[in-house]
Amino acid sequence: MNEEIAKSRKIKCVILNILIWAAAGIICLALLGIILCILLRGLPHISLHLLTSKPSLLNDTTGILPNILNTLYIILMTLVIVLPLGVGAAIYLNEYARNKKAVHLIELAIETLAGIPSIIYGLVGMLIFVQFCSLGTSLIAGALTLVIMTLPTIIRTTQESLKTVPDSYREGGLALGAGKWYMIRTCVLPSAVDGIVTGCILSVGRIVGESAALLFTAGMANEVLGIFEAVTPGKAGSTLTVSLYMYAKERGDFDTAFAIAAVLLILTLLLNILAKFAAKKLKKG
Amino acid sequence: MEKLKKLSGLLEKSMNVIFTVCGFLAVAFVLVITIFLVVSGTPAIGEIGLTNFLFGTKWASTAATPSYGILPFILTSVYGTFGAILIGVPLGILCAVFLAKIVGKRTSSLVSGAVSLMSGIPSVVYGLVGMIIIVPAVREFFGLPDGANLFSAILVLAIMILPSVISVSETAIRAVPKEYEEASLALGATKTETIFKVTLPAAKSGILASVVLGIGRAIGEAMAVMMVAGNVANMPGLFKSVRFLTTAVASEMSYSSGLQRQALFSVALVLFVFILGINLVLNLIVKKNRK
Repeated sequence: MNEEIAKSRKIKCVILNILIWAAAGIICLALLGIILCILLRGLPHISLHLLTSKPSLLNDTTGILPNILNTLYIILMTLVIVLPLGVGAAIYLNEYARNKKAVHLIELAIETLAGIPSIIYGLVGMLIFVQFCSLGTSLIAGALTLVIMTLPTIIRTTQESLKTVPDSYREGGLALGAGKWYMIRTCVLPSAVDGIVTGCILSVGRIVGESAALLFTAGMANEVLGIFEAVTPGKAGSTLTVSLYMYAKERGDFDTAFAIAAVLLILTLLLNILAKFAAKKLKKG
Repeated sequence: MEKLKKLSGLLEKSMNVIFTVCGFLAVAFVLVITIFLVVSGTPAIGEIGLTNFLFGTKWASTAATPSYGILPFILTSVYGTFGAILIGVPLGILCAVFLAKIVGKRTSSLVSGAVSLMSGIPSVVYGLVGMIIIVPAVREFFGLPDGANLFSAILVLAIMILPSVISVSETAIRAVPKEYEEASLALGATKTETIFKVTLPAAKSGILASVVLGIGRAIGEAMAVMMVAGNVANMPGLFKSVRFLTTAVASEMSYSSGLQRQALFSVALVLFVFILGINLVLNLIVKKNRK
């Protein structure tokens, strides 16, 4: 009798164990399959010519240089705007805010922003920046849209690392007669720089992968723009992700699409490793 | 000296104001987004009529006599999300158990790294892989004329929600006190029994949070779904070409005008309300956890 129960229990355990291993196996296989599929189909089509030229109907060639540059411009513009705002907000939440209700309200707003899907950001960005501010479909409108989208990330990571700065630093600074802002600038912020860097890397990852928010704000043009042209209103341009979508869905050019996907995958991998590295340093620091 | 003091006092005060403004910026953004969506989303609902709009079963925005019923989109989004949860959540929770309880630190961190890479892959890349692999596979396997349908979208969404489900449930499972498990093991339960009868029930609110997070991800995904779901405004069926709330906005926005354009803003408003509801539930769960 006793053995009978033990047997049925054993079978149950074995089945559940198999399920656990199978789930992990399926997920790893799926990821491996995705990566292999992209690299195998994408890498052969990456060439120096593809990376350094723009698409030309006359010569019947494709190139993704404009898209690479546009992605860079949008990353730069977004970070330049969102960094001061996000770090400032985190400093307010961690150092200045006295009113608990206000902090709750702001944190609720941050969580709400983090939960809004990118297609809604795209639509609202189009309404606010493209139409209301009459910037036109342009890189700058896209960057401003992404500022709202990446703000929660920057605030959260900065806040996390501000929290780890010991209070004795602050007290020491204040005791030496420094004003509050001077104390924050010289004692608190330097120790929180790792968190800010992590936030930047995560935001860059989000910007590189973003497409729905940029489709209606930054547009679909494929011209090579200079750095000063990029910030002028009305200059549209597609990033790597948007151009991948256009190549795959609208033009059916899967070779170029896979080449872009391979570039994006490598970028994602690099950003992941960077983020891990920064997080490790953050823990040590 | 006096002057310097005054100057630094002024600087302190102005920095205080600047940081306060930065702090409340997030609140301002939420308000602006809500206002813009409501202002541009309500006129069309007023013109079409709320019940006609929400419960109309036919969307024909470019027909001679256009009709704007978004029930197909709403139902597709609900079914699609439900399907993705049905596949993705069990897989994700089992994988989280695997990472937290079964394997050692080394394998666990390796697989965790893979999962975080998965969450970083852009959604258009998932869409592309779905277009090239899943859509033809579904077509061949079920003998359909076209594989771009709700089922393909569910498969892609299930993969896309995995990273958030896994990482949140893993944290929840790791947070269960060791004493619970030790007590169960001491009473003679096997390791597997302990995991399923003690650890998982103890971690259930965290796991629930991961499910809600997954729902939010799935319902808000646009680009990947647009590439595999076929984009025809049918009432949903597992092997029918369908359109989600998100893809309805994305696919017509570039060429829309007049009432059609306003109706698209209304669709976005409906989606926004859905998302706010999901966020609210998530907040409640997380708050309960903290207590």
